Amino acid sequence: MPAPPTELRRANAGRSSMADSAFRALMLAALGRALVTLVALIAQVVVKGWPRLNGDLLNHFPSSRPIMAGAQSAIFGTIWVMGVVAVTCVPIGLGAAIYLEEFADQSRWYNRLIEINIQNLAAVPSIVYGILGLAFLVRGPASLGQTVLAGGLTLSLLVLPVVIIASREALRSVPRAIREASLALGATQWQTTRRQVLPAAIPGIATGTILALSRAIGEAAPLLLLGALTFITFNPDGLGSAFTVLPIQIFNWISRPQEEFRVLAASAIVVLMAILLAMNSVAIWLRNRYRRKW
Amino acid sequence: MPRFKSGLVRMAALSIVLAMGAAACGDDGGTGSGGTSGLSGTIRIDGSSTVAPLSESAAELFQAENPDVRVTVGTSGTGGGFQKFCNGEIDIADASRPIKQSEIDACTAKALKYDELTVANDGLSVVVNPSNTWAKCLTVEQLKAVWAPDSTVNNWNQVDPSFPNEKLELFGAGTDSGTFDYFTEAINGTAGASRTDYNATEDDNVTVNGVSGTKGGLGYLGLSYVEQNEGKIVALEINGGGGCVAPSTKTVQDTTYQPLGRPLFVYATAAAIARPEVQAFLKFYIDNAGEIAEQALFVPMTPAETANSHAKIEALTTS
Amino acid sequence: MSTPEATLEGVSVKSLRLAPSRRRYGELVIRALLQLCALVSVATTVGIVIALMIPTAEFFGDVSIVEFFTTKVWSPLFADPKFGMLPLLTATLVITVLALGLAIPVGLLTAIYLSEYSRPRVRSILKPALELLAGIPTVVYGFFALTFVTPLLQDLWFFGDPPGIFNAASAGLVMGIMIVPTIASLSEDALSAVPQSLREGAFALGSTRLVTSLRVVLPAALSGVAAAIVLGISRAVGETMIVLVAAGGTPNLSFDPAEAMQTMTAFIASAAIGDQPTGSTGYKTIFAVGAVLFVATFLMNILSIRLVRRFRQIY
Repeated sequence: MPAPPTELRRANAGRSSMADSAFRALMLAALGRALVTLVALIAQVVVKGWPRLNGDLLNHFPSSRPIMAGAQSAIFGTIWVMGVVAVTCVPIGLGAAIYLEEFADQSRWYNRLIEINIQNLAAVPSIVYGILGLAFLVRGPASLGQTVLAGGLTLSLLVLPVVIIASREALRSVPRAIREASLALGATQWQTTRRQVLPAAIPGIATGTILALSRAIGEAAPLLLLGALTFITFNPDGLGSAFTVLPIQIFNWISRPQEEFRVLAASAIVVLMAILLAMNSVAIWLRNRYRRKW
Repeated sequence: MPRFKSGLVRMAALSIVLAMGAAACGDDGGTGSGGTSGLSGTIRIDGSSTVAPLSESAAELFQAENPDVRVTVGTSGTGGGFQKFCNGEIDIADASRPIKQSEIDACTAKALKYDELTVANDGLSVVVNPSNTWAKCLTVEQLKAVWAPDSTVNNWNQVDPSFPNEKLELFGAGTDSGTFDYFTEAINGTAGASRTDYNATEDDNVTVNGVSGTKGGLGYLGLSYVEQNEGKIVALEINGGGGCVAPSTKTVQDTTYQPLGRPLFVYATAAAIARPEVQAFLKFYIDNAGEIAEQALFVPMTPAETANSHAKIEALTTS
Repeated sequence: MSTPEATLEGVSVKSLRLAPSRRRYGELVIRALLQLCALVSVATTVGIVIALMIPTAEFFGDVSIVEFFTTKVWSPLFADPKFGMLPLLTATLVITVLALGLAIPVGLLTAIYLSEYSRPRVRSILKPALELLAGIPTVVYGFFALTFVTPLLQDLWFFGDPPGIFNAASAGLVMGIMIVPTIASLSEDALSAVPQSLREGAFALGSTRLVTSLRVVLPAALSGVAAAIVLGISRAVGETMIVLVAAGGTPNLSFDPAEAMQTMTAFIASAAIGDQPTGSTGYKTIFAVGAVLFVATFLMNILSIRLVRRFRQIY
């Protein structure tokens, strides 16, 4: 933690300028604002969804009668799709970031083009990825059909830029001295990367992964185009299975006329956030473990 | 120096365990035993999000009697549904409008034969705020004056001189919904012809909220939303030339509510109809159309439509 | 040893390498694999270009480019279609500026607080809490804006006409909140990675924490912070659901945040899951607008990369 050592802190103790206090107040206001919104949102959703937050939600399948409806197929669909996303976007994203940062020659035009390209892809609306997935993964060359694999791969492409950019910054933040020392001791480029640079960059990579997976879990529009369903009464039984995901189920329930469905939607949102938290906690644990100060 | 490997191995192990757990629990639902009919297979339905609740209802009731048949319903929109339909990617297309010529051409180009079935009706209602005490019945001409493409009507007293001076706030369906197409065609004469400066949304619940929060609000939406939101919005009677008629299941079904009652369709490919489970499903759909429509909050077919659909199904299943 | 002569700033680590005494094939294989990963992004772009450009070219056969960019009315799916996309552009601009006006200050301040001022335990709770904000489905944010923020704004609005049920302000503010975790979390990582020695040097020279944070640490982490901000901008421009639900579906050429307006992404989303027969001109507008979005963000990104490259510090 970058606090000044105690001796220095004492020396600074007398100097609490107006600017300092004002800045502190500003920062806390900013932080407070973000947290207050989070709390407001969660409170609103939990309060609304409370009546239906029970076993029924997990055990039942969608139904046109609100009493009978549950989200089991959507929950398992989300887990399956996120599994595909996590397994594909992290290695590929990390690989690309390592290549661009450690191995590529920055002065070549094509490597710079790749860099611009990736940043550009981060801004493409998710629905365009849906169109892309429909044209090339569901139909077209890959012909995967409207399956978990196609949905997961499309989402993976969607969040890949986030992973790459965050990982690049993480790799960039490792001081050069570390690399130089390793090379000076006779290690090869890859050995240096693997044993010195990567472990040091894990916190940043973990953050990128968290942000990427968080984005992917909440996406509805591209999957709708791909053929994720709104009514399915069985769980995915393989990568080639039809599927639905929680955001789509939520979106569907919110626009139904019956008020009961909207309560269900709120409870499904709570479940989604619980899954997200579980997923993120793995990455957060990794990040805390490997955090270091230079 | 913390070792990279052990953390990675642990994470990999954890994810494998999770995946296996998910897979193990994954097969519990949907495949019951003791199916009486022995039918099995997967039926894929996609298309209009308006008609989807109907197909879902049908699917649910059908699956209760035929547990080994899997029916799935998607909502890519009527246009997207027809595209998948003509590509042979789905078996049944839900549609809130009849198939358009360009789509027919696309199907013919792929040598795809299909059949159309009417399954239910929907009543479009025009709604106002409960504290709107002056407007009880509007004529089609008045509605047209409000919603026509070049309309500048923005006050209730321009709709009818006897109405008070109250700002008119318009809510309605977005251009991508079948509701929009049908309303504009029925009121303005051409599908898609409408003024552009109204609050457009795909979600009829938003229209409900908008109208119920604005004293001078006027909106149009499906009948099911009116029935579920009694007290928040009030449906107007519409005079389609035969006197003022209030929208209800009865008036839509006996066609006295004009011109805003519309039929809803499903289309099935010839290849799909050849399969026994699809035939059984369609027959079930039509035979139980009344119950299905009620469960999905729609209006059952008129007697004429029912007879028509029955005849079609008989012809299809015996050929 | 064959190192080229070069200044310390400009030379890459690569050129410092000793020439190996024998080839290590494992290294070459690994390098090829990594290159393949990087090429996935190129393949994605090529795919998007192909998927977008062909229908766009067809579209501009029906509608002139001049009309597309200069007409002020956008009503392509109505019976008498008009194809001027300026209202969509201004809407995207207004909402993005609103969102960033909230997200950049809040995000940066939060990042500085988490990195420089807070205790480690506090940070280990707050940072994941913030990242939870990033995971809320955008459709939920949209409805939050519609049902919670809009009524709040309607009560508190103090200049001009109060906003209606759909408005840009509500969408912009909520989008800003959604982007805060992206900017804050990535910036915090960048700030934390600045070597302690820089801070200690500043403290040794007698500066306060405020001055150190703003004038020593922040500039040193500029590359990471800029990347975080650019990612935030990208997310704002490309966001679909929030604007669809909260800002409405009515194209409107206006800069007044109290009014409803439809952004490029909202139009693409509503048209793509809608009723248009595929292959019609109305359907092709999706691709045309998508192509404009793609090109606009491309130009913005080139600009930002240039800027960052200029100011980046290497330590």
